[in-house]
Amino acid sequence: MTLSARKQQLLEDFELLENWEEKYDYLIELGMDLPEMPPELKTDLNLVRGCQSSVWFDIRCEDHKIIFDADSDSLIVKGIVAVVNQLFNEQPAEDVLKADLSFFEEVGLWQHLSAQRGNGLLAMIAHLKKAATDCLSD
Amino acid sequence: MAKDIRTARQDFPILQRVVNDRPLVYLDNAATTQKPQSVIDTLTDYYTRYNANIHRGNYNLAIEATNAYEFARAKVAAYINAKETHEVIFTRGATESINLVAYSYGDAFVKEGDEIIVTQLEHHSNYVPWKLLCDRKKAHFKVVPFDENGDLDLEVYRSLLSERTRLVAVNHISNSLGTINPVAEMIKLAHDAGAVVLVDAAQSVQHIQHDVRALDADFYAFSGHKMYAPMGVGVLYGKEHLLEAMPPFLSGGEMIDVVSPESISYNVLPYKFEAGTPYVPGPIGLSAAIDYLKLFDEEALHAYEDELLAYGLAKLSEVPGLKIYGNPKRRSSILPFNIEGVQHYDLGILLDARGIAVRTGQHCTQPIMDALGIPGTVRASLALYSTHEDIDKLVEGIHRVLKLLRR
Repeated sequence: MTLSARKQQLLEDFELLENWEEKYDYLIELGMDLPEMPPELKTDLNLVRGCQSSVWFDIRCEDHKIIFDADSDSLIVKGIVAVVNQLFNEQPAEDVLKADLSFFEEVGLWQHLSAQRGNGLLAMIAHLKKAATDCLSD
Repeated sequence: MAKDIRTARQDFPILQRVVNDRPLVYLDNAATTQKPQSVIDTLTDYYTRYNANIHRGNYNLAIEATNAYEFARAKVAAYINAKETHEVIFTRGATESINLVAYSYGDAFVKEGDEIIVTQLEHHSNYVPWKLLCDRKKAHFKVVPFDENGDLDLEVYRSLLSERTRLVAVNHISNSLGTINPVAEMIKLAHDAGAVVLVDAAQSVQHIQHDVRALDADFYAFSGHKMYAPMGVGVLYGKEHLLEAMPPFLSGGEMIDVVSPESISYNVLPYKFEAGTPYVPGPIGLSAAIDYLKLFDEEALHAYEDELLAYGLAKLSEVPGLKIYGNPKRRSSILPFNIEGVQHYDLGILLDARGIAVRTGQHCTQPIMDALGIPGTVRASLALYSTHEDIDKLVEGIHRVLKLLRR
């Protein structure tokens, strides 16, 4: 699926959800479907610091594409990781770099999640974009 | 006749709010309390009727503003039972009050090889300024640990005190665990060793004893916003002879007497420590908050808050897998906990989705979290308008959230 098709799918899913409890419930569900990250990849080096939760990203660059495993100790943050996974995993580094964050705004997550330092969403995106830059310069 | 505590809630308009489709349950009072209508009206009245710069204008508005500001100082001084009104310095908050002492008193009187004692129960605001002072002065930074109940180890405290101890910094109530520390006893021991004591009263001034002379505190710091007053006003109380001996912290207008290229002399207390235009409506709002608090019988208020805390501890303990942190000899207003297998952030976010506001994380007390070996806690904290229903909704919310998280 292309990035825009993935976006569309997620948007449609989120549109069905009426309140925050349902959105979080869905995020948790998405997180549970996230492919398991091998424990040996959960190193300090791969730790993205959020204030209240830990997120691990192991990012590789193959064929100018960004490929990653990720996980979090928080179920909600893991759900956000799953959204990030659906949007960006195995995507061309160039697209990851260009990706705007309007998606999160459209599903109503951005305003809610970006203001809180606790979930590390901003740090996650910054982390991915840095990896994408490195990937392109290799 | 004293006001009935059960009528307090209706004085706080924000508590009528609906958040995420549910009536707000506000349980983050250790972070900041809400404001009664009388405090809100006081701020509006100030800006509507008599906003002016204080101490200098010779016109009616300036005189009214100055009188209200200085009247607020007298009100605060009486509330904490200071001997002199000019022992009350207005600051931006407890953090600034503590920094004022760490820089002014610390830089003037702490020397290489001296020792500063803090406790493991301190908020970063009463920990970091002293650590930085020790680093600046090559002084030694000593920390009194707490035991498995969350009580300070007074044996260690006694053993740390010596003629090298220059200052002890301790909070009256821990913002993370709610432990009420035996500060009167600690102050006596410190004085016997020749040290001065700063009490961080940010969590205590609104809940328990707040008599600086009964405690014999040398410095006493707190914020207005945690005691129903506006954000941005704080207080530093200091004994007159200590404040007199201290150099200014910030410099500029208001704090000077004579200024020339050759020399500068300082204004008298308290103005020596209030450089620049202060946040005038802040102290005036704090004065209104004290008026509000005085509507209640203080003993009845404390008894109500104690009973509510006990109720909260009992109800939360019934939740399977829930662990409450600390079991101190005396605790006030703070309910710190985690639930087995549940990340604190998840619990906080999902409670918020149900209109319940609690704090999650480290609460600016990393040394406590490190000692407990946990990344953070959920913290519910009470105020005078908190009710049994708030606790019931919290517990009900937790049960509902656990169903979402444990599927």
